[in-house]
Amino acid sequence: MFSAAILIPAVLNGLLMGAIYALVALGLTLIYGVLHIINFAHGALLSAALFAAFFAFKLLGLDPYVALFLMAPVFFVLGYALQRFVIGPASHGDDRNMLLVTLGIAVIIENALLYNFRGDTRTIDVPYAFQTFNLGVTYLAVPRVVGFVAVFVVALALWLLMTFTDVGRAIRAVAKEKLGAQLVGIDVGHVYAMTFGLGTACVAIAACLLIPTYYVNPGVGNAFVLVAFTIVVLGGMGSVPGAVIGAFVIGVVESLSGLFLGESLGQIGIFLIFIVVLLLRPTGLFGARA
Amino acid sequence: MKSFAPTAIVIAVLAAVPLVVQSNATLNFLVVTLMIALAGQGWNILGGYGGQYSFGHAAFFGTGAYVTAILQMRYGVNAWPGFAIGIAAGAALGAVIGALTFRSGLRGSYFALVTLAFAEVLRIVASVAPITGAGVGTLMKLELGARTFQFQSRAAFYWAILALVAVSLVIAELIERSRFGTWLVAVRENEDAASALGVDARKVKTAAMTISGAITAAAGCFYAQYFLFIDSGIAYGTWISVEALLTAIIGGVGTVFGPLAGAIVVKSLGEATRLLIGDAPGLDLIIYGAVLVLVIWIMPRGLIGGFVDVRKFFGRKSVRQVRHG
Amino acid sequence: MADALLAVDRVSCWFGGLKAVDGASLTAPSGRITALIGPNGAGKTTLFSIISGFVRAREGAIRYAEQNITGKPPHELARLGIARTFQIVQPFAGLSVRENILVGAHLHHRARDSALAVADRVGRDLGLIDLLDRPADTLTVAARKRLELARALATEPKLLLLDEVLAGLNPSEIRDIVPVIRDLCRRGITILMIEHVMQAVMSLAEHVFVLAEGRVIAEGAPAQIARDPKVVEAYLGHGAAAKWGASHA
Repeated sequence: MFSAAILIPAVLNGLLMGAIYALVALGLTLIYGVLHIINFAHGALLSAALFAAFFAFKLLGLDPYVALFLMAPVFFVLGYALQRFVIGPASHGDDRNMLLVTLGIAVIIENALLYNFRGDTRTIDVPYAFQTFNLGVTYLAVPRVVGFVAVFVVALALWLLMTFTDVGRAIRAVAKEKLGAQLVGIDVGHVYAMTFGLGTACVAIAACLLIPTYYVNPGVGNAFVLVAFTIVVLGGMGSVPGAVIGAFVIGVVESLSGLFLGESLGQIGIFLIFIVVLLLRPTGLFGARA
Repeated sequence: MKSFAPTAIVIAVLAAVPLVVQSNATLNFLVVTLMIALAGQGWNILGGYGGQYSFGHAAFFGTGAYVTAILQMRYGVNAWPGFAIGIAAGAALGAVIGALTFRSGLRGSYFALVTLAFAEVLRIVASVAPITGAGVGTLMKLELGARTFQFQSRAAFYWAILALVAVSLVIAELIERSRFGTWLVAVRENEDAASALGVDARKVKTAAMTISGAITAAAGCFYAQYFLFIDSGIAYGTWISVEALLTAIIGGVGTVFGPLAGAIVVKSLGEATRLLIGDAPGLDLIIYGAVLVLVIWIMPRGLIGGFVDVRKFFGRKSVRQVRHG
Repeated sequence: MADALLAVDRVSCWFGGLKAVDGASLTAPSGRITALIGPNGAGKTTLFSIISGFVRAREGAIRYAEQNITGKPPHELARLGIARTFQIVQPFAGLSVRENILVGAHLHHRARDSALAVADRVGRDLGLIDLLDRPADTLTVAARKRLELARALATEPKLLLLDEVLAGLNPSEIRDIVPVIRDLCRRGITILMIEHVMQAVMSLAEHVFVLAEGRVIAEGAPAQIARDPKVVEAYLGHGAAAKWGASHA
């Protein structure tokens, strides 16, 4: 029906977008793998990060790829503080309460953005926004390719962190067996906060990679994160390879269904996959067997 | 037999309000508050008594609203049967979603997610489907009169929503005293232990979701009649999912009067904010989000559960609410 | 020998790659007390979970009162008259003791009044009369065990599966609860109990099955089992039977 000339770019763009999704999903699955809750504030944090990147550009003149190095640590600290001083204490250790608290935080952040900045959509203009790589068979937007590469760098960095550092080992210990980790003296509250910080940092990086070719408004984060939820559920909660592979699959599916069905219905496709996966195989493709 | 006196008294007092209050603005405020209380009571049946936290109750609210609006505008159905069918649609949706999700054994985070997803799917469908007016929304024809459930006086609307709230309170009371209610709370506290005692957890939860869907859908039908305009963001938006659960959490989950108390608090806060700071988009929700976090933090049993166990005054042995802490 | 109310026939199940229960068979004669013992990790609780419908057996069958009940869910089994207690006591934390028992009583009594009457009676029979209005999560361990029993009893079972009901109790508490269990048997309830407290097994059970590494390695009267070298080895390790025999020769 559609020629290769149209399909191939759609697939490739799907992969590129999938990389950004992967970064967002990575943060989410990390938090789930360790804290065993779904962070409902993830989307709001992405929106906040997008706004931060936007103002970093407008007010400080920082290119997003430069702002990235500033925003990642800042958002890490923000995430750490949120978990350590708000979410943790407020939930009294109850999973259901944690859900509600993260929901509450999501509502606060999103509406704070709405209140301060209205619902208008903003974009930034960077010189390379419309530059493309010519691959012969198609053109690929430079920022998207940069994003694609960056995601692999981040994933590698995370893997190195998890495997070779004390912090990483502590995180893995708590994810596997919280009580045992506590017994050997690991400060679980600190590990939770570190994990949350890492997840939030991922989101900040994703925002910086996204902003050259995307738009900013308070609702964007939410739209993204629902896709991220789908990916995490598809790939298996807590599974890093699942999140990455799932992200590329979803990115391509979204791109192709957008091509065939149009924007809105394409979105429904994602949700239906989401619901079907949840109903039939909630542990996902790579998750632990229930 | 335990008395329904507290409920009767509360309803009687509330019914007398329009005789004293004449200001339209105040009555409007009260009408909206009661509508939110109704939506919250729906959530409370499933979330409070049943312990299944839905983050997508907008699905029921919006379905009630759209079904009654579309039946009236496109098929010429009268408002009153339209209202009833809207409620039935909410119940049916609850039964379907319940059957699907509880069959898969979804609990906790997963359950919250899937309910959120259902609400989102409905929202997107409503935003593009021709039958709902897509992006433009559905406008109800103004035709004042009791026949079309578009009353002349605000007081009449007030009494209508109060009647619905009264029914929802009675339903909660009946549940609390019934075997179904005991089983529902047992499932909330410990599903495995309940199964071992003969409780069919799946059936009980699905039944709770059906009732829950019906009640929240009623609130949606009322919204359509009162405001005469709905679109996908109003009907299926996160605002109502949040407000419904918020009223129950703040007022006290698993109690009869929790959502009502919570609605009064939530809406009063919103109104106070508007008076002090001004009308701005998002402001009231910021407050609501903060209140949600604070209530979970400081008073997880909510207002009704946290201060006085009102029931002790009336000597009733009824099922107690869950402890969050 | 009374008819077997419960007959478990070569039941097996796996957890991951591990065969938790391996072709285990046992019978529980009607109106008698049968014990299931074995070292930790033998698969006793898993076997209970299979019998009570929480875990699915991959092989084998279970018959109860001449009916094949393999694969039936817990709530259906409860309705047929099988009740179980849990090793880690799980009261309904937000409810009072009476309300806890009420949940069980409601199985066969739809109306709240008659169910409450049953709950009160069962509570009294188990010595919980002073605690009926207290929140269940404020109870001591011993009281919780009694509550666990009361809840199960309120469902009017014919077969009662007791999973280490004596665990965590001190000697005087054990001395108090043993006659309660014996009394249940006298009332006609068939009991299958997992127990580690040997004195209780000796004094209560008429027939004992020994489970080790998922397999039934011995069965018989309590005194017989205590002398069986295979059983001694299962508990104390390889070669222990010979050492035991040598030091007692």
